[in-house]
Amino acid sequence: MKLRDIGIVYRKEMKDALRDRRALISMIVVPILLMPLLTIGIGALSAEIVGRAMEEVPKVMIVGGADSPGVTAELRAQSDIEVVPAAADYAQEIEDKRIRAAVEIPPGFDAALAAGTPAAVTVYEYEGDMKSGIAADRVQKFFRDLRDRTVRGRLESRGIPDTLVHPFDIKEQNVASPEKTTGEIVGGIVPYIVILLCLTGAIYPAIDLTAGEKERGTMETILSSPVSRTDLVFGKFFTVLTASLATAFLAVLSMSVSLGIGRGLLMSLTDGGRAGGFTLSINPESVAAVFVMVLPLAVLFSAALLAIALYAKSYKEAQSYLQPMTILVVVPTIVSVLPGVELSARLALVPILSTSLVSKEILMGTYHWNYIALIFISSCVYAAAALSIAVKLFEREDVLFRT
Amino acid sequence: MIETHQLGKRFHDAGRGELRAVQDVTFRCAPGQIYGLLGANGAGKTTTLRMLATILAPTEGRATIAGFDAETQAEQVRRNIGFLSTATALYARLTAEEMVQYFGRLHGVDETLLRRRIDELFERLGMNEFRRRRCDALSTGMKQKVSIARTLVHDPPVMIFDEPTGGLDVMAARTILGFIRECRERGKTVVFSTHVMSEAEKLCDTIGIIHHGRLLAEGTLADLRARYARHDLEDIFMAVVQQ
Repeated sequence: MKLRDIGIVYRKEMKDALRDRRALISMIVVPILLMPLLTIGIGALSAEIVGRAMEEVPKVMIVGGADSPGVTAELRAQSDIEVVPAAADYAQEIEDKRIRAAVEIPPGFDAALAAGTPAAVTVYEYEGDMKSGIAADRVQKFFRDLRDRTVRGRLESRGIPDTLVHPFDIKEQNVASPEKTTGEIVGGIVPYIVILLCLTGAIYPAIDLTAGEKERGTMETILSSPVSRTDLVFGKFFTVLTASLATAFLAVLSMSVSLGIGRGLLMSLTDGGRAGGFTLSINPESVAAVFVMVLPLAVLFSAALLAIALYAKSYKEAQSYLQPMTILVVVPTIVSVLPGVELSARLALVPILSTSLVSKEILMGTYHWNYIALIFISSCVYAAAALSIAVKLFEREDVLFRT
Repeated sequence: MIETHQLGKRFHDAGRGELRAVQDVTFRCAPGQIYGLLGANGAGKTTTLRMLATILAPTEGRATIAGFDAETQAEQVRRNIGFLSTATALYARLTAEEMVQYFGRLHGVDETLLRRRIDELFERLGMNEFRRRRCDALSTGMKQKVSIARTLVHDPPVMIFDEPTGGLDVMAARTILGFIRECRERGKTVVFSTHVMSEAEKLCDTIGIIHHGRLLAEGTLADLRARYARHDLEDIFMAVVQQ
């Protein structure tokens, strides 16, 4: 193996890649734009949608209640709902989203309230529809307040203190550090995106440097030069790895900047960046550690993509081979965010899943050094095996000149 | 110098089983000579030349190029050859100069010498006007010149041309043929494959007729005319392959 030759091939391939618009898009533009789009963009969009839904005064129908003018008048007086005339097909109207919710008041409700006999109110809603949920919540809040007022009134009339039915308060207090809180929230999505971008950033260069070379006829040109096939594959491999790592690095950098901007926005909106005890915080060491854990995975992806793409006769064929690879990577990363899936010695040996799980823990500020070592070593072994296969394939005439 | 001895190549095809693309090919080409491999499409010319260029490994026999064994000293062989075919393409996003420079570096040419060689070659081949133009913006003729410069940048003693004029217009083909003649004049060993009879007639010192992977006849044009009692090379070729 000659480092000089590897360097010559690498420099040429990098120069070539940096002049290729498609490579630049997958390597630089996508990771830089994706993170702010996902964090700030989608966050802002969600806030906007929820805000608009909260501002809307939902239409609510009262079913029954003709003999209970007290409660119906109070409901009609609520400013956060609009009571519409009753109709028999209220359920259909909710389903068709013409009204957001309906409340059924049983016969003799006002009288039952005054007499102290039990009565049940039914709230109808469209489960899963946010606006319907908001309307149902507002109706329920109205009836909860009415119930509390009624209880307090009955106790007062009997000279009994309120503490009899309300003996203590319950308060929630977050004890997790801001890093852990942020890790819980973004810990699942960040490794998923970084790992996926690590793969997608390498796909295009891997195809271009192998199947692309075959298709353009430059493979024969380079094979007639004195560079050994091992040096050639290493030169190409380092190019693909650079693309993969550059994509992952830019994704991590973009994520840090996005979270920084997100925290800035939060601080300007809330008291010191705290919103209900939640603070956005992610430390640079954790981000660097995630990047280190992704390194062997990038080697594995680069070598595997190079080997698979080399086997293809054309660009198109290589694309059809590599598309399923994306699914193979997405599935373990999704599994890693499922509830109950936690890092264990067995899972530490499963590539991609282990990196995703350990990255999540690292972002929460938890460092299980034994697992980290196991994952790093096993990922390195897989990466070395993939690289060795890629080198072997470059030696095979039936692969290089497959017709 | 190029020498082959019972050179052969078998391929394994999943559908068709074992295929013998080349068998028992023995020939010799001395410095300052052009050896022409004449054959129809699929005769085994490309496979033979790819074995000489060490792109493919022989399965039988052996080949020696510039004193090095094609199988065991492949790297030294590649350092001593310039290989050009219609299939060998250029890197589209590199400029003409970068393309030649890249191959000069891969051949281990010293940077100062490389700069001088590139200047000389670009001057000699009239390439200075498109020196810094990307290869994907060059015409076919310009691309051929870049390919020639690429094969010559390390000044190899042996040149291998696999149907170098295939698909070229008359002007570009003439440039290539002129360049091959120039190689002979400079004392290089030249092996050249073609299925165009006129090219073989005009250029080759020795002609080898290859058919179904076997070298069926070999000699100077005068030898072949005398042996087969025909004047026209096409008639000779037909007589050899029908024999």
